[in-house]
Formats: sequence, structure tokens, C-alpha cells
Amino acid sequence: MSTAATLDVAAIKAEFPLLQREVHGHPIVYLDSGATSQKPQPVLDAMDRYYAEINANVHRGAYHIAERSTTAMEDARAALARFLGAPSAEEVVFTKNATEAINLVAHSWGRTNLYEGDVVLLSMLEHHANIVPWQQLAVERGVEIRWIPVDADGCLDLTDLDALLDGVRLLAVTAASNVTGALPPIRHLADAAHAVGATVLVDASQWIPHQPTDVTAWDADFVAVTGHKMCGPTGIGALWGRRELLDAMPPFLGGGSMIRNVTLDGFTPADVPTRFEAGTQPIAEIVGWHAAIDYLTALGMEAVAAHERDLTTYALQSLTERFGEDLAIHGPASVARDGVVERGGTLSLAYRDVHPHDLSQVLDQHGVCVRAGHHCAKPLMKVLGVNATARASLYLYNDESDVDALADALADAGEFFAF
Amino acid sequence: MAGLEDLYREIILDHYRNPRNRGELEVPPATMAEGFNPLCGDEIQVYLQVDGDVISNVRIGGQGCSISQSSASMMSTAVVGKSLDGARDVLRQFKEMMSIHEHGLEGDELAPGSDGDQPGSSGLGDLEALRGVVKFPVRIKCATLGWNTLDQALDQSGTEPTE
Repeated sequence: MSTAATLDVAAIKAEFPLLQREVHGHPIVYLDSGATSQKPQPVLDAMDRYYAEINANVHRGAYHIAERSTTAMEDARAALARFLGAPSAEEVVFTKNATEAINLVAHSWGRTNLYEGDVVLLSMLEHHANIVPWQQLAVERGVEIRWIPVDADGCLDLTDLDALLDGVRLLAVTAASNVTGALPPIRHLADAAHAVGATVLVDASQWIPHQPTDVTAWDADFVAVTGHKMCGPTGIGALWGRRELLDAMPPFLGGGSMIRNVTLDGFTPADVPTRFEAGTQPIAEIVGWHAAIDYLTALGMEAVAAHERDLTTYALQSLTERFGEDLAIHGPASVARDGVVERGGTLSLAYRDVHPHDLSQVLDQHGVCVRAGHHCAKPLMKVLGVNATARASLYLYNDESDVDALADALADAGEFFAF
Repeated sequence: MAGLEDLYREIILDHYRNPRNRGELEVPPATMAEGFNPLCGDEIQVYLQVDGDVISNVRIGGQGCSISQSSASMMSTAVVGKSLDGARDVLRQFKEMMSIHEHGLEGDELAPGSDGDQPGSSGLGDLEALRGVVKFPVRIKCATLGWNTLDQALDQSGTEPTE
């Protein structure tokens, strides 16, 4: 794997205004990028410039700034397509977030392709966003939901994959777990699913911020992504889908922009992707996301991934050395096994008997931000045998000092709750 | 600045380490209500034994953080022996104390001013120790979980025959 470029993390950190602030008298240590990432100055500037210089609705006016805003939106679509390895920008549909992208597939593709008795195969690693839309369809349509189990390491157990795939119409699976950090083998799963004629949807929310993405190499059919976890603003995400699948799908939401013609008798939908983009889109957020894509592209996603592998290895080793049996880290114990990268920088922690809420409260006093709770993955939490964990998730602006600050705060929490 | 000692008062940690009235009661004759915090997965069961108009026994089950568990433990000692109306009165006072609107957020730029300290104003006794929770708005749901579950259990006790 090429790791030609390395990240200058100090310089990167300096570009994120929020990471300059203090909390409770400590420099902020932001370890919750799995929930949302912080935003670099170029993203903030791009959104400001959009509003200050070219704000106008898109695909409507023939005046200068309307043309500029339309171009800005379509340039962003093209940049995102390149970032995803998608063959065409027309296969990229803007949505509010990955959740809406998955719901779009469930409503539009699902309601024209799934009927009573059809099987949707999910994995136990899924976020509720890739569970509930299919459960809604199960209630409405009598669709059967089946689950790929997880092993003790919090990775998918593919032992019975062939049997699980029997009769499956759709495989919907995450590319990176938001709880255990596990990275399922997407190409392997897609090949197996396609062999039985199933369609493949990948939830790449936790993947795309951290790794080079190539939807063609995955051989996926749909890929859902979100902007705010990859240095972009909230409120913007996208669905990539194969052209022939999108072309055959009815609109999801109805309204302006998504039509070719409307009469008193009815409407004719527009072509993809605008067929699925009813109403005015969050244009400033799209522009901000474009700046985030440019920011990450300039750093190089291979370099980002390499940095996170090194930092995750450091975190797993240093935390285990310091706390031993007192600290359990859910998910694979090492970054790679047999040369295959198995996990990302998402570390779900159980520290002695300290409840994750109490743990995160003490960590907050040190300026350390971690997420406490079930991480919208209750089926997985049940398998792991916990109701909640404290989750530290690493990103490109984190370094060893952040991991050390987490360790010091954990030690303090241990003293505070020592019974 | 709101420090940890505002949240984790000694009496709260004591109830967390040594929860009072922990366990179950047979249903019926007791009633049971179950409460969940969907954000964090905490859960609480409240068992109420009501004889006539009086809560003669309370048991608490479930699991969760120190605030949710200690608050439920303190709740159990506060309402046992009280009449249904008396328990509802404590419940109302407690929820008023937990009302964020009366206090504002301490220590943040968004809501300068009020620090939320009004010691001794409610007659809630030991429960006053939980007043500091309002300085940590995310934790209010932890503190009120057991009380909202009590609310459900009281409603059940009030409408279902208990003989």
C-alpha cells in the first residue's frame, strides 16, 4: 500500500478553529468524530463566500449569480462522484444525510422491487439508519429480514454466508462499524450477493471520511454517504446508485425541481439525479462539502488512512499497556490480521465498572470529548452484552497527545469512582 | 464553572454504591412500571405495593449510570410510607427542581447568568443533592428516569384494583 505522503497533524489541527478552544480550562481533545467531524477553515470560508458572493437558487435564473450557484452545485456533484470513484456525476443524488439516502432506496427501489416473502439481509453491525427503514418495509410489505451475525471480535461472522444469502433480494451492509470499528469485506460480500442475484447497498457513512473510496471496485449497487463526518457541514449527504437502477426508480419526495412537466392531470418526473431532489437543496452545505472533499483530496486519502492506522495501533497498544484488564476495547484487538486491515479508529471502551455516562462526564472535565450510549446500534450492543459504551473515535486531526490525554482522563475517572 | 462535585455529591455516590430498596415485588399484588432512556439504554423498573392509600413497599430494578440509579434509590426512600397523593406531591416538587427553564445553562456563552443554586427552598431533604444535575442538562434525563417511571406506576396503582 502506498503511503507516500504523511500527514502534518500539527498543521492540520491549526486549520480547525474549534480545536483551538479550551473546555473546562483544558485544550479540547475531540475524540467524537464518529458522531460528527470538526470543520476546517476552508470549509467555513467556502460557505461564507457562497452566501456573500453567489447566493441564488439553482437551475432557475438566467442571471449571473444564479448561473454561478448552479455551477457550484454541479461542480460539487462532479467532485463527489470523483471522490467516490463513481462512473458518472449523474449517478450522485444529494440527500440530507446517509439516513435519507437509505430511506430513498427503501421507499423508491424497495417499494418497486420487494414483495411479501422477499428477503433483506442485514448485518448485526448496522446503525439504526440501515435497520429501521427495512423494518418499516417488513411491516408494510411482509418482507423478511435476516441477519449476518458478528463474532467475539465484533467482526462479521461469514461462516454461513451462503445459507444466509439463499433467496436474498437485497444485501444492506455497513462498510465500517460505528461501534467496533470493524471493516467488513465489501467486495467479497458484493460478489457473493450478486451471485444469487441480490442488489447491494453499502452504508459508507463511517468509511468515506477515513479511507479511499471506490464504489466501482466494491461493485456495489447503492452507496449511502454523509458530509458532516468528513469535514463537511451537517445537513448534506448523498446516494450513489447504478444508473440503470436509478433510471428505473420512481421519485421519493414530490415537489419542485423533480418534475419534467406538471399538468392538472398529473406530472412527469425529471431525469436522474434531479428526479430525487425535490425542493431547494442546501446549496451552501453542498458548496461546503465540496470544499471538504477538496481538503481531503489535497491531503490524500491514502495518507489519512495510513495516519489513522498508525494512531489506532498506538491507541490500542498504549491503552492496553496502561490499563490491562481494567479496560475492555470492543472490536478487533489489532488494526490488521494476516495483512488485512480489520478495523478503523473507532474504540468502544468499557472501563472497570464505571458507567459510560459517568465516564464521559469525568472525561469532559479534562476537555476530552467522547460519545456515551448505545450509538444507535442496539442489536449490536445486545450481542456485545452491554447497554452502552464510551466511544472514542479518531480522525485525521488527532495525534498521540490526544490518546495520552484520554488515558490520563480515564485514570482520573478510575480514581473518582474507585469504590 | 460547574465541577464534578456539583454533580456527584457524596450522598448520590452513596446511593449508587449502596442502592436502597433494590429488588422486585410480586405482581400482582404489586404493580410494576418500566422506564427507558432511549438515548443511553438505561432502564429502570419501579415496583409499588399500595395498601389502601399508602405505598407500603417500593422496589427498584434495572441498570444505568450513577445518576439514574442513585436518583431512583433516593426516590424509593422518599416515597415509601407516603400516601399516593403525598408521593405525587414529592414527584411534582422533584420535577420542578429538575426543570431546566428555571435555571438556564451555567458556564456557557449561550446562556450567561443564573447559576441555579437555590438551596433549601423546596423541603425535598436529601433529594436536594440532585439539584446540581440541572447544571449538566444532558444528565437531567438520567435523574428523572426513575421518577417518570414512578409516575407511570402511580397511575397504574390509581386505576387498577390492588386487592
